[in-house]
Amino acid sequence: MTTATALSTGLALRDVVLTFPDGDRRLTALDSVSLEVAPGELTAIVGPSGSGKSSLLAVAATLLRPDSGQVVVGGLDAGSLSARQATALRRTRIGIVFQQSNLLASLTAVEQLLAVAHLSGGSPRGSRGRAEALLDSVGLSGARQGRRPHQLSGGERQRVNIARALFAEPSVLLVDEPTSALDHERGAQIVDLLADVTREHATATVMVTHDRELLDRADRVLRMEDGRLSLDCRV
Amino acid sequence: MYVALRDIRFARGRFALMGAVVTLITTLVVFLYGLTGGLASDASSAVADLPVQSIVFGAPHGATPEVSFSDSGIDAAQQAAWQSALGAEAVQPLGIAMSRMTATGGATAVSVIGASAPLLPPLLSGSAPADGQVAVSRTTASDDGVTVGGTVTVGSQRLTVSAITADRSYGHAPSVWTTESTWQQVSGAQQPSALALTTAAGSGTAALDRAQNTDTVSRGAALAGIDGYSAEQGSLQLIQGFLFAVSALVIGAFFTVWTVQRRPDIAVLKAVGASSGYLVRDALGQALILLLLGTFTGAAIGLLGGALLSGGGMPFTLGAATVAVPVLAMVLLGLLGAALAVRRITSVDPLTALGANR
Repeated sequence: MTTATALSTGLALRDVVLTFPDGDRRLTALDSVSLEVAPGELTAIVGPSGSGKSSLLAVAATLLRPDSGQVVVGGLDAGSLSARQATALRRTRIGIVFQQSNLLASLTAVEQLLAVAHLSGGSPRGSRGRAEALLDSVGLSGARQGRRPHQLSGGERQRVNIARALFAEPSVLLVDEPTSALDHERGAQIVDLLADVTREHATATVMVTHDRELLDRADRVLRMEDGRLSLDCRV
Repeated sequence: MYVALRDIRFARGRFALMGAVVTLITTLVVFLYGLTGGLASDASSAVADLPVQSIVFGAPHGATPEVSFSDSGIDAAQQAAWQSALGAEAVQPLGIAMSRMTATGGATAVSVIGASAPLLPPLLSGSAPADGQVAVSRTTASDDGVTVGGTVTVGSQRLTVSAITADRSYGHAPSVWTTESTWQQVSGAQQPSALALTTAAGSGTAALDRAQNTDTVSRGAALAGIDGYSAEQGSLQLIQGFLFAVSALVIGAFFTVWTVQRRPDIAVLKAVGASSGYLVRDALGQALILLLLGTFTGAAIGLLGGALLSGGGMPFTLGAATVAVPVLAMVLLGLLGAALAVRRITSVDPLTALGANR
């Protein structure tokens, strides 16, 4: 899908192979995986546990370096980057929505976003207006923005998680099982939100999920099995 | 330090507890520092404040000269040789002995210093003592009701008080000053304990030392010749050293536990693009805030307590160094302990934020 655009501003994985040591042999987590996601596209990846979904996210997030193949994020070849450059790439071009919301316990909802601004050398004070607007846009407004994670519901925490991932205006949004800790209704709301922000923010979004009932908002659904990626025909 | 400051605010109980520990250790170190300085002054100010550069200790021919005011003695030949070589004005005999002074207002153990007028501490009233006269330190004079023109008994000698001097002491006994001749009568010694030189110890004095069987050391090094001085100071400094080591260990242990507890947060921050350098700076900033607050509070308490103690007669030196040195040492050693602890941040794998078991 839109190869040239994906390579320039979205996400592209080409013939990516990733193996892990497993006793005397090596276990193949990703077996010649190729994937291109264009800006504004939500791609869902389903598959059984241990099929390689999380490994794919980790490689796309530059948290793991593949044995071979090419990973291009927002036009940059991640394989050619040093560890320091890869960290900067995550800071500026990749947003990660974690499975558990993984919010920092000491920070309020709005401060979770301002911490990202501080990481990038920005002024938290100067970024507050934009952080509040972003939280508003994901459905967390008013006094709730000043609450810490333990004072928010699971759905609200996941909304903060999404807002934090979007705050640096990334070109790629990687979403790891966003509904695993939510009931069906709240899970559906979160997937709707992800689909909306993908369009509004023109992010190349990859969502890993096990919940097949929430896939109707995805532009494309792929199936991962034994480290291989294929079009899912059951959707 | 965006996250660091909010961590302190969020976990204020834990940081307050740790800050209290830093405060208590700093208070203790400031107390010890002031006490060490006070005891040092109490044991040595009569020598430490002499307007000379070096002290010559002597021994009879055949014996090895030692840096010890108790064991040292300078015979007439040695004194004459030194005065002949350096000039009489540059070489002043110095006698030191312990005795007891009785006045109408009370009796006090005193250190009796036999020295010429140039070696006397500042005179607050009266004039330098002649033979049969004595100059008494201000506090002792005040405590015992001694005034210029009055009489006191030092040892078995009845002496007229010629002057009141600034406070000096030797061996934790207040000093009284008299002439060499009167000192010999009071102490029963036939020769001065040492020679005080207005020149520095060096190659010129080394040859004389060899020829005269003497040992010349700087005025500062001569303090080791005061009975018990080195042992007393060494003990107190050892305790200070232990306290500094304990503080570094305690801070290090706290930040080790704190860093382990924060591993999930650190993994998330790394995953969203925080560098290890950023996180280490953040954590060290947190440690610095804790240390500064703890040490400054501890120093203030130490100063206040020290002022109360010194007012009660305890030897305690209050000064900028009393506070600055312990505070600086506590902060630097605490940061060292914290740095050793937070280096674990560099080993946190951001992949664990995605749920990997690594």
